[in-house]
Amino acid sequence: MSDEPNKGLQSPLRRKLLMGAAALPLISMLPRPSFGAGPATATVNTTGLAVTDTEVTVGILHSATGTMAISETGSIQAEKLAIEQINAAGGVLGRKIKFIQEDGASDWPTFAEKAKKLLVNDKVAAIMGCWTSASRKAVLPVMEQYNGMLYYPTFYEGLEQSKNVIYTGQEATQQILAGLNWIAKEKGAKSFFFIGSDYIWPRTSNKIARKHVENVLKGKVVGEEYYALGSTQFNSVINKIKLTKPDVIFTDVVGGSNVAFYKQLKAAGVDLSKQALLTISVTEDEIDGIGGENIAGAYACMKYFQSLDNANNKAFVADFKKMWGEKTVIGDVTQAAYLGPWLWKLTVEKAGSFDVDKIAAASPGVEFKGAPEGYVRIHENHHLWSKTRVGKAKLDGQFELIFETADLVEPDPFPKGYQ
Amino acid sequence: MIITSRFFNRSELIGFIALAAVLFVILPLSLDVFRLNLVAKYLTYAFVAIGLVLCWGYGGILSLGQGVFFGLGGYCMAMFLKLEASSVENTKIQSTPGIPDFMDWNQITSLPLFWQPFHSLTFTIAAIILVPGLFALIIGTAMFKRRVGGTYFAIITQAVAAILTILIVGQQGYTGGINGMTDLRTLRGWDIRPDHAKIILYFFEVFLLFVCIGIAQFIRLTKLGRILVAMREQEDRVRFSGYSVANFKIFAFCMAAIFAAIGGAMFALNVGFMSPSFVGIVPSIEMVIYTAVGGRMSIFGAVWGSLLVNFAKTSLSESFPQLWLFGLGALFIAVVLAFPNGLSGIWADYVQPRIDRLLASRKSKAGAWADNSVADGAPAE
Repeated sequence: MSDEPNKGLQSPLRRKLLMGAAALPLISMLPRPSFGAGPATATVNTTGLAVTDTEVTVGILHSATGTMAISETGSIQAEKLAIEQINAAGGVLGRKIKFIQEDGASDWPTFAEKAKKLLVNDKVAAIMGCWTSASRKAVLPVMEQYNGMLYYPTFYEGLEQSKNVIYTGQEATQQILAGLNWIAKEKGAKSFFFIGSDYIWPRTSNKIARKHVENVLKGKVVGEEYYALGSTQFNSVINKIKLTKPDVIFTDVVGGSNVAFYKQLKAAGVDLSKQALLTISVTEDEIDGIGGENIAGAYACMKYFQSLDNANNKAFVADFKKMWGEKTVIGDVTQAAYLGPWLWKLTVEKAGSFDVDKIAAASPGVEFKGAPEGYVRIHENHHLWSKTRVGKAKLDGQFELIFETADLVEPDPFPKGYQ
Repeated sequence: MIITSRFFNRSELIGFIALAAVLFVILPLSLDVFRLNLVAKYLTYAFVAIGLVLCWGYGGILSLGQGVFFGLGGYCMAMFLKLEASSVENTKIQSTPGIPDFMDWNQITSLPLFWQPFHSLTFTIAAIILVPGLFALIIGTAMFKRRVGGTYFAIITQAVAAILTILIVGQQGYTGGINGMTDLRTLRGWDIRPDHAKIILYFFEVFLLFVCIGIAQFIRLTKLGRILVAMREQEDRVRFSGYSVANFKIFAFCMAAIFAAIGGAMFALNVGFMSPSFVGIVPSIEMVIYTAVGGRMSIFGAVWGSLLVNFAKTSLSESFPQLWLFGLGALFIAVVLAFPNGLSGIWADYVQPRIDRLLASRKSKAGAWADNSVADGAPAE
């Protein structure tokens, strides 16, 4: 990571240098700092991507409008921060990163349309983007057809692996199993109640969790309930929880529904300091809406918390707040989004090329030591090796780290015995 | 209004030629395949808008649930394409190969019964027309026979749109849920994704669009069209004259549904994708907006409306990712306030009279072949 102060978003674009091909050998002998000092474009870009001698263009594709904007804004901010920092440190192969931002508008076909536009019209070298599984599923065929490279930040359900995608968030087994093991050991938990939003990620996550609880932990699942996205009525399930008295409530409710769920839970007298609750869907971003007082005491299981105490993270949090304001919070996905541009840069430099085929082949084994979550490495299956952590929600909306796995957890998108 | 024996009067003929020139010649020559494919996507909404001109503009039945029929048509097509894309060799990595991927993710181990017939293209094409048609017939009969109309009908169509969305999202094992059906690849072995296929699909769609325009125009010119207008203006008088108002309304509503379904099927083919986000209340209202912007009394206006609004949507969102919705909203308000009859109203009020004057002055100069063709150039309606 760069130690240079970042220049803020509005820093004027450097004037694009016009260079004849004849000047290339001369320029490549100049010292580093000025852009345009990298290897010749013809050698690092054989497939007609938007790479010039001084610049390389990438796409940012998230929802800036619509219902998902509240979640995806953090990812956009993190990606812009990473691009700023990379440029301040000399860019990628001597080229400054320029980005084109497109709005997926929380609408999955729009995501597909914009992804296609970025690849076909703008010839971007990579796309940082998508958030929901639905948007990724819509974009995936486009990435594969036009051979693009997508860096996808969200923790997700797995069951997917593509040459054209690097998954910088955790897949379901990585995120869930360590958390369940911890709570079973720490709280002696035997009975679990599952509550989720009704779509593919919670259903798959709960399927994996159920198999683990029943087959490995030898516990039992006393209830499993799903609510439509955006649902705000949780009273009936809260009554069932009070009747069945599970050792652990395990939730993957997403988005705005969380606000209603935790408020109603509190109103119904369920005290989270006595009733264990493990969530895999509430990050610092969601707590911003829920309110720390409504969720304090709950456990969350993911790979990153803003409160992580290491030098990388302290610098990251400080830079993020400097660029986007003191009040911003950083959740798990925001950090994973920040990894995208960095991993891409490192892979391009390892491959010595912007070509998508070469990047896809060079990705396995790429390691990023400056990651705020600590050290990460890309697996052969294009997911990341990462640690899994459990945090306890505090009144101020931050998590207190109480457990982390000793080693990196291997990503396993097609888990045997969990399908 | 002057009744002519001709299929198109002169102003409609100009509209027809202009639209045909733009869609068949100008756009394919001036746009790259990516943009042409976007136009194809916009035009799928034009089918819905033409249906709305018939049922809302002429019949006075405002349906805020056309997304339902668009969705039914689209899902029928998507089911066929999805089955073809889910061949055993394409889905080797699944626990149960040979079924659509989303079924596998939802622990369904065999193809559900109602999916089976969608292996057949003939059945699929019939279903695209009949499923939405019958559904509209049921809703229409239930509503209009009981003389439910106006705002109440609009609200009920909204409710139907909401119900269908919830059904599709909830039954994700059978429908793909909120993700929809993605990764549609081939039509009877013919790859629908490469550039040349997109061009063929575009021309096929434009051809279908003109067929639908022809049907709508034909209905408008027959006695049936006159009764629809009469019904809109004075429903009771038509009823007292001995016509069954309900049957005419049901007919208009069914035709609008079938047009919407054809649009939906073309959408699945052109975009390679179908999801509940085209079924719900918001897209249904957007479809009404296309018609309103184009002018709800004009079949050609509806096509232009769909094209222009969607074009504005794409270009505004590309240029201003964070602010484009405000721009689009302002555009709607401006159009509705300044031009209540939409684009076709602008044409009829400002452009058409000038053309007429120009032609009339040339004619009087020439002095020859003076006939009554000026009169029949008066704006329709």
